[in-house]
Amino acid sequence: MSSSEHRAAETIQNGLGFERPLLEMEQKIAELERLAQSTHLDLAGEIKALQERLRRQTAEVYGSLTPWEKVNVARHADRPLTSDYVQNMCDDFVELHGDRVFGDDRAMVTGLATMGDLRFMLVGHRKGKTVKDRLACNFGCAHPEGYRKALQKMKLAERMNLPIVTLINTPGAYPGIGAEERGQAAAIATNILEMFGLRVPILSIVIGEGGSGGALGIGVGDRVGILEHSYYSVISPEGCAAILWKSGDKAPDAAEALKLTSGELLKHGLVDAVIEEPLGGAHRDPAGTYVRVRNQIETWINELRGYEVDELLDRRYAKFRGMGLPLASPIEVG
Amino acid sequence: MAWTRFTKKKDMPGGLWIKCEGCGSMLFRKEFEARHRVCASCGYHFTLPGRDRIELTADEGSFEELHVDLFAEDRLGFVDRQPYAEKLVATRKKTGENDAAIIGNAKILGHDCVLAVMNFQFLGGSMGMVVGEKIARAIETAIERKVPVLIFACSGGARMHEGAISLMQMAKTCAALSKLRDAGGFSISVMTHPTTGGVTASFASVCDLLIAEPGALIGFAGPRVIATTIKKELPKGFQRAEFLLEKGQIDRIVARDAMREELARLIAYATGAPFSVVGGAAEEAGVEDGAAGAVDAETGGGDDKKKSRRAKKPKASRKTAAAEASSGSDRR
Repeated sequence: MSSSEHRAAETIQNGLGFERPLLEMEQKIAELERLAQSTHLDLAGEIKALQERLRRQTAEVYGSLTPWEKVNVARHADRPLTSDYVQNMCDDFVELHGDRVFGDDRAMVTGLATMGDLRFMLVGHRKGKTVKDRLACNFGCAHPEGYRKALQKMKLAERMNLPIVTLINTPGAYPGIGAEERGQAAAIATNILEMFGLRVPILSIVIGEGGSGGALGIGVGDRVGILEHSYYSVISPEGCAAILWKSGDKAPDAAEALKLTSGELLKHGLVDAVIEEPLGGAHRDPAGTYVRVRNQIETWINELRGYEVDELLDRRYAKFRGMGLPLASPIEVG
Repeated sequence: MAWTRFTKKKDMPGGLWIKCEGCGSMLFRKEFEARHRVCASCGYHFTLPGRDRIELTADEGSFEELHVDLFAEDRLGFVDRQPYAEKLVATRKKTGENDAAIIGNAKILGHDCVLAVMNFQFLGGSMGMVVGEKIARAIETAIERKVPVLIFACSGGARMHEGAISLMQMAKTCAALSKLRDAGGFSISVMTHPTTGGVTASFASVCDLLIAEPGALIGFAGPRVIATTIKKELPKGFQRAEFLLEKGQIDRIVARDAMREELARLIAYATGAPFSVVGGAAEEAGVEDGAAGAVDAETGGGDDKKKSRRAKKPKASRKTAAAEASSGSDRR
């Protein structure tokens, strides 16, 4: 099996079957380009036509992804991770480790960042690039010490009068014995509560998976953005399917029911903006993605700097206080 | 979030006898109800319906329910094996309740407070827009009235049928608690069996005082999820109230029959109101933990500490008590 065939097989196994025609066409274009180079034949016309077809088909495929397919794009192995944003979007980064109490959770990265003339505290879930990395990061599932580290650094940002930018990308907080012993729930709850009182602007951007409380634990932002093909949900589609459908195979149905896509979240007023991804998803054009995220961060930080601190906090409070207001009379079922 | 697992157990068999989930003894229903659903032989605390909790906690006739008319909306058009809208209507009919939380003004042994209880009977006590709103309003009422707020948690977590709207109720309730803290208010969370998921990961864990009933299952992830993830058997007593006490996660375990007096006593410390001590420090040192359901593994060390603190500071000011509680929760 060639590496590209292997890649295609892996892609389909990961619920990314819709990528197959695109990958095949990309392969064909690459072959033609190689051929043109080695034989000095003029294939520019053919290549251009194929590229145009690819562009159209990509737009079509990505314009009609199901919620479950979007979940799988959000989990795509090549999708840019927090560490990629740190390396490619920031001009400088000084990592700060540890929660000062228990440990340094690799699933959470925190540090001082510079982007152009903006400086901020960056806090983000880390999934890891290599197999070894991913294991060290528990695949982006933070422990309580990760959330406490995040809070300790966010409080430091407040002292240094630096805005806070959080990058959310986690399947959820880690469910394990140590995590429970050290108060996973309390760590998340404390972060949520404390973030309401931090006297500097907070921006949160969901760059991949917004897994439940583990995401919200660094997600109380004055502005919350979400990349187009990311998701943000109260529970993973698999978990929801196992509980409500009594079958993990029903994850696609659960993904549909949970309304976890960026468009739905915007519609329900749970996020402030959807950041459009380059054609075919962030993994097709990471550089283009960094530019878009960077622009959004710059716009928002500049905007939020205009507020008096007390007003900023009042608005942060009002925003979350107003989410999901109930009705004054019961719904009727026909 | 795995609340449906409990809902099956919750329905009491209609017969004269009930089998204890803790020790397997057969309990005579009338006696069982008279003991507020605590097993006479092993002290197992069954889940208590919300209305019963209010009756057991508030002074007779003192409970004035607030914001009764708040109703959930099926904003996502959520359908699993049954549409959520239908489920809501059916559950309302079955339970006679509008949703999974009941809030109101109350007195506990004469002490004014706002009381919020969660009702496990209503979709596993799951938190959606109504529960989030009611908890937030209970806290806001406590700020306005300048009285402590008491919250009895009993929930499988966030309500999946409301998707991320439910998730954001965690933020809403914590926001209200942050306001309460700024206003110098005081809050007590009592975690009862079971308290898991998004409820544990929000308001239930960040009140000034954290109390639990004996044997209550309290955790972030459900035990089944953890066992599946780590592919290991979980230690005995894992995520039970006693385990949390041992790990330093909660302040106290209080048995159901002692809860009312205990809450009144804690409110008195918070407000500076007088409180007639029945047992006093001597009782605290010896008897109290035995009374807490005979399940407490606490050693004498912890008791000495409590006793000396009480002796030094017979009336902790509201501010100190709050500061201690919050630094305590930060510590680990």
